Amino acid sequence: MASQRAMTEADAALERITQVPGIRGSLLISGSDGLVVAERLMEGIDGRAIAALAASLVQRLDRATNRAGMRAPTFVHLKGNSGSVLAAPGRSDLVLVAVASTDANLGLARMQMLDAVGRLV
Amino acid sequence: MTDDIKTLTARVAEEPSSLAFLELGEALRRRGQLDAAYKVTRGGLSRYPALGDAHDLLARILSDQGDLAGAFDAWADALRFDPMRIGALKGLGFLYFRAGDVPAALDHLRRATEIDPDDISIRQAIERIRGATSQPASERARPDSPPVPAAPSGKNLPPAGSAVAAEVMADPGGNGGSQKGIMLVDGNGLRLNGTLLSPSNQDVGDGVAAELAGVSKEAARTSRLLGLGGWQAIAVESPEGNLYLVAPTPETMLLTVRDPSLPMARLGLIAERAAREAREWLVSER
Repeated sequence: MASQRAMTEADAALERITQVPGIRGSLLISGSDGLVVAERLMEGIDGRAIAALAASLVQRLDRATNRAGMRAPTFVHLKGNSGSVLAAPGRSDLVLVAVASTDANLGLARMQMLDAVGRLV
Repeated sequence: MTDDIKTLTARVAEEPSSLAFLELGEALRRRGQLDAAYKVTRGGLSRYPALGDAHDLLARILSDQGDLAGAFDAWADALRFDPMRIGALKGLGFLYFRAGDVPAALDHLRRATEIDPDDISIRQAIERIRGATSQPASERARPDSPPVPAAPSGKNLPPAGSAVAAEVMADPGGNGGSQKGIMLVDGNGLRLNGTLLSPSNQDVGDGVAAELAGVSKEAARTSRLLGLGGWQAIAVESPEGNLYLVAPTPETMLLTVRDPSLPMARLGLIAERAAREAREWLVSER
Protein backbone atom coordinates (compact mmCIF):
# COMPACT_ATOMS: atom_id res chain seq x y z
CA MET A 1 0.00 0.00 0.00
CA ALA A 2 2.79 2.38 0.99
CA SER A 3 4.84 1.56 -2.10
CA GLN A 4 1.71 2.04 -4.26
CA ARG A 5 1.26 5.50 -2.76
CA ALA A 6 4.95 6.27 -3.33
CA MET A 7 4.62 5.28 -6.97
CA THR A 8 1.57 7.47 -7.37
CA GLU A 9 3.53 10.37 -5.88
CA ALA A 10 6.44 9.61 -8.19
CA ASP A 11 4.17 9.53 -11.22
CA ALA A 12 2.57 12.80 -10.18
CA ALA A 13 6.00 14.40 -9.74
CA LEU A 14 7.16 13.18 -13.14
CA GLU A 15 3.96 14.50 -14.68
CA ARG A 16 4.50 17.96 -13.14
CA ILE A 17 8.11 18.10 -14.33
CA THR A 18 7.24 16.98 -17.84
CA GLN A 19 4.67 19.76 -18.08
CA VAL A 20 7.40 22.39 -17.72
CA PRO A 21 7.92 24.00 -21.15
CA GLY A 22 10.79 22.40 -23.03
CA ILE A 23 11.08 19.30 -20.84
CA ARG A 24 11.08 16.22 -23.07
CA GLY A 25 10.80 13.68 -20.32
CA SER A 26 11.57 12.83 -16.75
CA LEU A 27 12.54 9.71 -14.87
CA LEU A 28 13.07 8.46 -11.39
CA ILE A 29 16.13 6.24 -11.34
CA SER A 30 18.21 4.26 -8.92
CA GLY A 31 21.46 6.17 -8.42
CA SER A 32 23.69 3.20 -7.65
CA ASP A 33 22.76 0.89 -10.52
CA GLY A 34 21.24 3.29 -13.05
CA LEU A 35 17.94 1.45 -13.42
CA VAL A 36 14.62 3.13 -14.21
CA VAL A 37 12.13 3.23 -11.31
CA ALA A 38 9.49 5.30 -13.10
CA GLU A 39 9.47 7.33 -16.27
CA ARG A 40 7.45 9.76 -18.34
CA LEU A 41 9.17 10.33 -21.64
CA MET A 42 8.34 11.63 -25.07
CA GLU A 43 8.47 9.07 -27.85
CA GLY A 44 11.88 8.20 -29.17
CA ILE A 45 13.69 8.81 -25.90
CA ASP A 46 15.45 5.79 -24.44
CA GLY A 47 14.80 5.88 -20.70
CA ARG A 48 17.24 3.08 -19.93
CA ALA A 49 20.12 4.89 -21.63
CA ILE A 50 19.34 8.13 -19.83
CA ALA A 51 19.11 6.33 -16.50
CA ALA A 52 22.43 4.55 -16.93
CA LEU A 53 24.30 7.62 -18.19
CA ALA A 54 22.82 10.05 -15.67
CA ALA A 55 23.52 7.70 -12.77
CA SER A 56 27.11 7.28 -13.86
CA LEU A 57 27.64 11.02 -14.26
CA VAL A 58 26.09 11.77 -10.87
CA GLN A 59 28.29 9.12 -9.25
CA ARG A 60 31.39 10.72 -10.77
CA LEU A 61 30.37 14.16 -9.59
CA ASP A 62 29.58 12.76 -6.18
CA ARG A 63 33.15 11.51 -5.95
CA ALA A 64 34.52 14.86 -7.16
CA THR A 65 32.56 16.87 -4.57
CA ASN A 66 33.58 14.37 -1.93
CA ARG A 67 37.23 14.90 -2.86
CA ALA A 68 36.62 18.63 -2.58
CA GLY A 69 35.46 18.16 1.01
CA MET A 70 31.85 18.88 0.11
CA ARG A 71 28.68 16.91 0.56
CA ALA A 72 26.99 15.12 -2.33
CA PRO A 73 25.47 17.22 -5.13
CA THR A 74 21.88 18.33 -4.69
CA PHE A 75 21.42 19.31 -8.32
CA VAL A 76 23.35 18.68 -11.52
CA HIS A 77 22.92 20.31 -14.91
CA LEU A 78 24.77 18.93 -17.91
CA LYS A 79 24.48 21.44 -20.70
CA GLY A 80 24.94 20.10 -24.21
CA ASN A 81 24.89 21.88 -27.57
CA SER A 82 21.31 20.84 -28.25
CA GLY A 83 19.79 20.27 -24.85
CA SER A 84 20.38 19.49 -21.22
CA VAL A 85 20.20 16.70 -18.71
CA LEU A 86 19.10 17.71 -15.21
CA ALA A 87 19.49 15.50 -12.17
CA ALA A 88 18.34 15.94 -8.58
CA PRO A 89 19.77 13.24 -6.31
CA GLY A 90 17.60 12.51 -3.31
CA ARG A 91 17.71 10.23 -0.34
CA SER A 92 17.31 6.45 -0.57
CA ASP A 93 19.55 6.30 -3.63
CA LEU A 94 16.88 7.81 -5.90
CA VAL A 95 17.68 10.40 -8.52
CA LEU A 96 15.15 12.47 -10.38
CA VAL A 97 16.29 13.09 -13.95
CA ALA A 98 14.90 15.30 -16.70
CA VAL A 99 15.86 15.81 -20.34
CA ALA A 100 15.40 19.35 -21.60
CA SER A 101 15.56 21.04 -24.97
CA THR A 102 17.60 24.21 -25.47
CA ASP A 103 14.55 26.46 -25.04
CA ALA A 104 13.34 24.82 -21.82
CA ASN A 105 12.48 26.79 -18.73
CA LEU A 106 15.35 25.35 -16.72
CA GLY A 107 14.68 27.48 -13.66
CA LEU A 108 11.14 26.18 -13.33
CA ALA A 109 12.24 22.61 -14.03
CA ARG A 110 14.92 22.88 -11.33
CA MET A 111 12.44 24.14 -8.75
CA GLN A 112 9.93 21.44 -9.61
CA MET A 113 12.58 18.76 -9.40
CA LEU A 114 14.03 19.91 -6.09
CA ASP A 115 10.55 20.19 -4.64
CA ALA A 116 9.60 16.76 -5.93
CA VAL A 117 12.75 14.94 -4.85
CA GLY A 118 12.41 16.40 -1.36
CA ARG A 119 8.91 14.97 -1.05
CA LEU A 120 9.46 11.69 -2.79
CA VAL A 121 11.89 10.07 -0.43
CA MET B 1 53.23 32.19 20.84
CA THR B 2 49.48 31.75 20.45
CA ASP B 3 47.80 28.38 20.42
CA ASP B 4 46.95 28.46 16.72
CA ILE B 5 50.52 29.30 15.77
CA LYS B 6 51.79 26.58 18.12
CA THR B 7 49.45 24.07 16.53
CA LEU B 8 50.40 25.10 13.00
CA THR B 9 54.10 25.05 13.87
CA ALA B 10 53.70 21.53 15.19
CA ARG B 11 51.87 20.50 12.00
CA VAL B 12 54.61 21.90 9.80
CA ALA B 13 57.25 20.17 11.93
CA GLU B 14 55.40 16.85 11.74
CA GLU B 15 54.68 17.09 8.03
CA PRO B 16 57.30 19.32 6.44
CA SER B 17 56.04 18.43 2.98
CA SER B 18 52.44 19.48 3.72
CA LEU B 19 50.86 22.77 2.71
CA ALA B 20 50.37 23.73 6.36
CA PHE B 21 53.19 26.25 5.91
CA LEU B 22 50.71 28.48 4.07
CA GLU B 23 48.43 28.69 7.08
CA LEU B 24 51.36 29.17 9.45
CA GLY B 25 52.91 31.87 7.28
CA GLU B 26 49.56 33.66 7.03
CA ALA B 27 48.95 33.41 10.78
CA LEU B 28 52.42 34.80 11.53
CA ARG B 29 51.91 37.61 9.03
CA ARG B 30 48.60 38.55 10.56
CA ARG B 31 50.24 38.70 13.98
CA GLY B 32 52.94 40.98 12.60
CA GLN B 33 55.70 38.39 12.98
CA LEU B 34 56.94 39.17 9.52
CA ASP B 35 60.46 37.75 9.72
CA ALA B 36 59.13 34.41 10.95
CA ALA B 37 56.38 34.50 8.31
CA TYR B 38 58.99 35.17 5.64
CA LYS B 39 61.18 32.23 6.75
CA VAL B 40 58.26 29.83 6.88
CA THR B 41 57.00 30.87 3.44
CA ARG B 42 60.45 30.76 1.87
CA GLY B 43 60.89 27.27 3.29
CA GLY B 44 57.56 26.20 1.79
CA LEU B 45 58.44 27.74 -1.57
CA SER B 46 61.63 25.71 -1.70
CA ARG B 47 59.41 22.62 -1.72
CA TYR B 48 56.60 24.09 -3.85
CA PRO B 49 58.26 26.58 -6.20
CA ALA B 50 55.28 26.60 -8.57
CA LEU B 51 52.59 27.20 -5.96
CA GLY B 52 50.80 30.47 -6.69
CA ASP B 53 49.41 30.67 -3.15
CA ALA B 54 52.92 30.65 -1.70
CA HIS B 55 54.17 33.38 -4.02
CA ASP B 56 51.08 35.44 -3.22
CA LEU B 57 51.67 35.01 0.51
CA LEU B 58 55.33 35.92 0.13
CA ALA B 59 54.33 39.05 -1.79
CA ARG B 60 52.02 40.16 1.01
CA ILE B 61 54.70 39.56 3.63
CA LEU B 62 57.25 41.52 1.62
CA SER B 63 54.73 44.28 1.09
CA ASP B 64 54.08 44.40 4.83
CA GLN B 65 57.84 44.66 5.31
CA GLY B 66 57.94 47.59 2.92
CA ASP B 67 59.89 45.69 0.26
CA LEU B 68 57.74 46.78 -2.66
CA ALA B 69 60.17 45.62 -5.32
CA GLY B 70 60.26 42.19 -3.71
CA ALA B 71 56.48 42.14 -3.43
CA PHE B 72 56.18 43.07 -7.10
CA ASP B 73 58.42 40.19 -8.15
CA ALA B 74 56.59 37.73 -5.91
CA TRP B 75 53.17 38.76 -7.25
CA ALA B 76 54.50 38.55 -10.79
CA ASP B 77 55.67 35.00 -9.97
CA ALA B 78 52.26 34.20 -8.50
CA LEU B 79 50.63 35.34 -11.74
CA ARG B 80 53.10 33.39 -13.84
CA PHE B 81 52.10 30.19 -12.09
CA ASP B 82 48.45 31.10 -11.73
CA PRO B 83 47.29 33.75 -14.22
CA MET B 84 43.83 33.87 -12.66
CA ARG B 85 45.07 34.72 -9.17
CA ILE B 86 43.00 37.72 -8.23
CA GLY B 87 45.12 38.56 -5.17
CA ALA B 88 48.20 38.98 -7.36
CA LEU B 89 46.32 41.13 -9.88
CA LYS B 90 45.07 43.32 -7.04
CA GLY B 91 48.52 43.50 -5.51
CA LEU B 92 50.17 44.48 -8.78
CA GLY B 93 47.37 46.95 -9.46
CA PHE B 94 48.04 48.54 -6.10
CA LEU B 95 51.79 48.72 -6.69
CA TYR B 96 51.35 50.22 -10.15
CA PHE B 97 48.99 52.79 -8.70
CA ARG B 98 51.53 53.65 -6.02
CA ALA B 99 54.17 54.00 -8.67
CA GLY B 100 51.92 56.39 -10.59
CA ASP B 101 51.35 54.03 -13.52
CA VAL B 102 47.57 54.40 -13.63
CA PRO B 103 47.01 52.62 -16.98
CA ALA B 104 48.89 49.53 -15.73
CA ALA B 105 47.02 49.67 -12.40
CA LEU B 106 43.69 49.84 -14.21
CA ASP B 107 44.71 47.08 -16.60
CA HIS B 108 45.46 44.69 -13.73
CA LEU B 109 42.28 45.58 -11.89
CA ARG B 110 40.22 45.15 -15.05
CA ARG B 111 41.69 41.70 -15.51
CA ALA B 112 40.72 40.95 -11.92
CA THR B 113 37.13 42.05 -12.60
CA GLU B 114 36.99 39.87 -15.70
CA ILE B 115 37.86 36.89 -13.55
CA ASP B 116 35.56 37.94 -10.74
CA PRO B 117 32.94 40.45 -11.89
CA ASP B 118 31.16 40.12 -8.54
CA ASP B 119 34.00 41.48 -6.45
CA ILE B 120 32.63 44.93 -5.73
CA SER B 121 35.86 46.03 -4.05
CA ILE B 122 37.77 45.82 -7.34
CA ARG B 123 35.16 47.82 -9.24
CA GLN B 124 35.14 50.43 -6.48
CA ALA B 125 38.92 50.59 -6.60
CA ILE B 126 38.81 51.19 -10.36
CA GLU B 127 36.25 53.96 -9.86
CA ARG B 128 38.36 55.57 -7.17
CA ILE B 129 41.50 55.41 -9.28
CA ARG B 130 39.59 57.05 -12.11
CA GLY B 131 38.23 59.62 -9.67
CA ALA B 132 41.65 60.27 -8.19
CA THR B 133 43.25 60.70 -11.59
CA SER B 134 40.53 63.08 -12.76
CA GLN B 135 41.29 65.44 -9.84
CA PRO B 136 43.56 68.44 -10.31
CA ALA B 137 47.22 67.43 -10.27
CA SER B 138 47.85 69.32 -7.03
CA GLU B 139 45.27 67.17 -5.20
CA ARG B 140 46.35 63.89 -6.71
CA ALA B 141 48.37 61.20 -5.02
CA ARG B 142 51.96 61.62 -6.05
CA PRO B 143 53.64 58.35 -6.90
CA ASP B 144 56.69 59.04 -4.80
CA SER B 145 54.87 60.33 -1.77
CA PRO B 146 54.22 59.92 1.04
CA PRO B 147 57.15 57.78 2.12
CA VAL B 148 55.25 55.21 4.08
CA PRO B 149 55.55 51.50 3.59
CA ALA B 150 52.83 49.94 1.53
CA ALA B 151 50.79 47.45 3.45
CA PRO B 152 48.31 45.40 1.48
CA SER B 153 46.92 44.13 4.74
CA GLY B 154 45.47 47.59 5.20
CA LYS B 155 47.83 49.19 7.70
CA ASN B 156 50.05 52.25 7.08
CA LEU B 157 48.55 52.87 3.68
CA PRO B 158 49.49 56.03 1.88
CA PRO B 159 46.89 58.66 2.74
CA ALA B 160 46.12 59.75 -0.80
CA GLY B 161 45.72 56.25 -2.13
CA SER B 162 44.43 54.66 1.01
CA ALA B 163 40.83 54.23 -0.09
CA VAL B 164 41.87 52.52 -3.28
CA ALA B 165 44.50 50.43 -1.58
CA ALA B 166 42.23 49.35 1.23
CA GLU B 167 39.62 48.19 -1.24
CA VAL B 168 42.06 46.55 -3.57
CA MET B 169 43.64 44.76 -0.66
CA ALA B 170 40.44 43.98 1.17
CA ASP B 171 40.89 40.39 0.15
CA PRO B 172 44.55 39.64 0.67
CA GLY B 173 44.00 35.96 0.14
CA GLY B 174 43.00 36.67 -3.42
CA ASN B 175 39.98 34.47 -3.12
CA GLY B 176 37.54 37.09 -4.26
CA GLY B 177 35.35 37.04 -1.19
CA SER B 178 33.18 34.04 -1.70
CA GLN B 179 35.47 32.40 -4.20
CA LYS B 180 36.65 28.96 -3.18
CA GLY B 181 38.85 28.15 -6.07
CA ILE B 182 39.45 27.92 -9.73
CA MET B 183 41.47 25.19 -11.33
CA LEU B 184 42.49 24.10 -14.80
CA VAL B 185 43.09 20.39 -15.32
CA ASP B 186 44.22 18.36 -18.30
CA GLY B 187 42.48 15.38 -19.85
CA ASN B 188 44.47 12.97 -17.72
CA GLY B 189 43.26 14.45 -14.46
CA LEU B 190 46.38 16.45 -13.71
CA ARG B 191 46.27 19.98 -12.40
CA LEU B 192 47.65 22.50 -14.86
CA ASN B 193 47.00 25.62 -12.87
CA GLY B 194 45.03 27.12 -10.04
CA THR B 195 44.04 26.16 -6.54
CA LEU B 196 41.04 24.54 -4.95
CA LEU B 197 40.53 24.74 -1.22
CA SER B 198 38.16 22.55 0.77
CA PRO B 199 35.74 24.15 3.26
CA SER B 200 38.46 23.52 5.88
CA ASN B 201 41.04 25.31 3.71
CA GLN B 202 42.98 22.24 2.66
CA ASP B 203 44.35 22.16 -0.86
CA VAL B 204 42.25 19.47 -2.51
CA GLY B 205 43.14 20.40 -6.07
CA ASP B 206 45.04 17.28 -7.10
CA GLY B 207 42.42 14.88 -5.75
CA VAL B 208 39.57 16.71 -7.45
CA ALA B 209 41.57 17.04 -10.68
CA ALA B 210 41.99 13.28 -10.73
CA GLU B 211 38.22 12.79 -10.49
CA LEU B 212 37.49 15.40 -13.15
CA ALA B 213 39.15 13.38 -15.89
CA GLY B 214 36.41 10.78 -15.44
CA VAL B 215 33.72 13.45 -15.27
CA SER B 216 34.81 14.94 -18.58
CA LYS B 217 34.68 11.57 -20.33
CA GLU B 218 31.34 10.72 -18.74
CA ALA B 219 29.85 14.07 -19.74
CA ALA B 220 31.04 13.66 -23.31
CA ARG B 221 29.61 10.15 -23.48
CA THR B 222 26.27 11.14 -21.94
CA SER B 223 25.87 14.18 -24.15
CA ARG B 224 26.75 12.30 -27.31
CA LEU B 225 24.62 9.24 -26.66
CA LEU B 226 21.58 11.31 -25.71
CA GLY B 227 21.84 13.32 -28.91
CA LEU B 228 22.76 16.54 -27.13
CA GLY B 229 25.89 17.08 -29.21
CA GLY B 230 29.04 18.09 -27.42
CA TRP B 231 28.87 19.09 -23.78
CA GLN B 232 29.27 22.76 -22.94
CA ALA B 233 29.16 22.91 -19.17
CA ILE B 234 28.27 21.07 -16.01
CA ALA B 235 26.75 22.96 -13.11
CA VAL B 236 26.75 21.19 -9.76
CA GLU B 237 25.03 22.42 -6.62
CA SER B 238 26.24 21.20 -3.26
CA PRO B 239 25.38 22.48 0.23
CA GLU B 240 28.96 23.77 0.69
CA GLY B 241 29.47 25.29 -2.73
CA ASN B 242 28.48 25.51 -6.35
CA LEU B 243 30.77 24.03 -8.98
CA TYR B 244 30.88 24.96 -12.62
CA LEU B 245 32.83 22.98 -15.18
CA VAL B 246 33.66 24.12 -18.68
CA ALA B 247 36.15 22.92 -21.26
CA PRO B 248 38.37 25.81 -22.43
CA THR B 249 39.87 23.41 -24.98
CA PRO B 250 38.94 19.83 -25.89
CA GLU B 251 41.87 18.57 -23.78
CA THR B 252 41.28 20.67 -20.67
CA MET B 253 38.62 21.33 -18.08
CA LEU B 254 38.19 24.39 -15.91
CA LEU B 255 36.52 24.10 -12.53
CA THR B 256 35.21 27.18 -10.75
CA VAL B 257 33.86 26.83 -7.23
CA ARG B 258 31.93 29.46 -5.38
CA ASP B 259 29.77 29.92 -2.34
CA PRO B 260 26.21 28.63 -2.86
CA SER B 261 24.91 32.16 -2.33
CA LEU B 262 26.18 33.12 -5.78
CA PRO B 263 23.48 32.38 -8.38
CA MET B 264 24.50 29.57 -10.68
CA ALA B 265 23.87 31.54 -13.86
CA ARG B 266 26.25 34.21 -12.55
CA LEU B 267 28.81 31.55 -11.75
CA GLY B 268 28.45 30.37 -15.34
CA LEU B 269 29.37 33.81 -16.63
CA ILE B 270 32.41 33.94 -14.35
CA ALA B 271 33.47 30.48 -15.51
CA GLU B 272 33.12 31.45 -19.18
CA ARG B 273 35.30 34.50 -18.66
CA ALA B 274 37.84 32.42 -16.77
CA ALA B 275 37.80 29.91 -19.61
CA ARG B 276 38.75 32.66 -22.06
CA GLU B 277 41.66 33.62 -19.79
CA ALA B 278 42.66 29.98 -19.56
CA ARG B 279 42.65 29.62 -23.34
CA GLU B 280 44.93 32.64 -23.67
CA TRP B 281 47.22 31.23 -21.01
CA LEU B 282 47.37 27.85 -22.72
CA VAL B 283 48.32 29.52 -26.00
CA SER B 284 51.04 31.57 -24.27
CA GLU B 285 52.47 28.45 -22.63
CA ARG B 286 52.86 26.60 -25.93
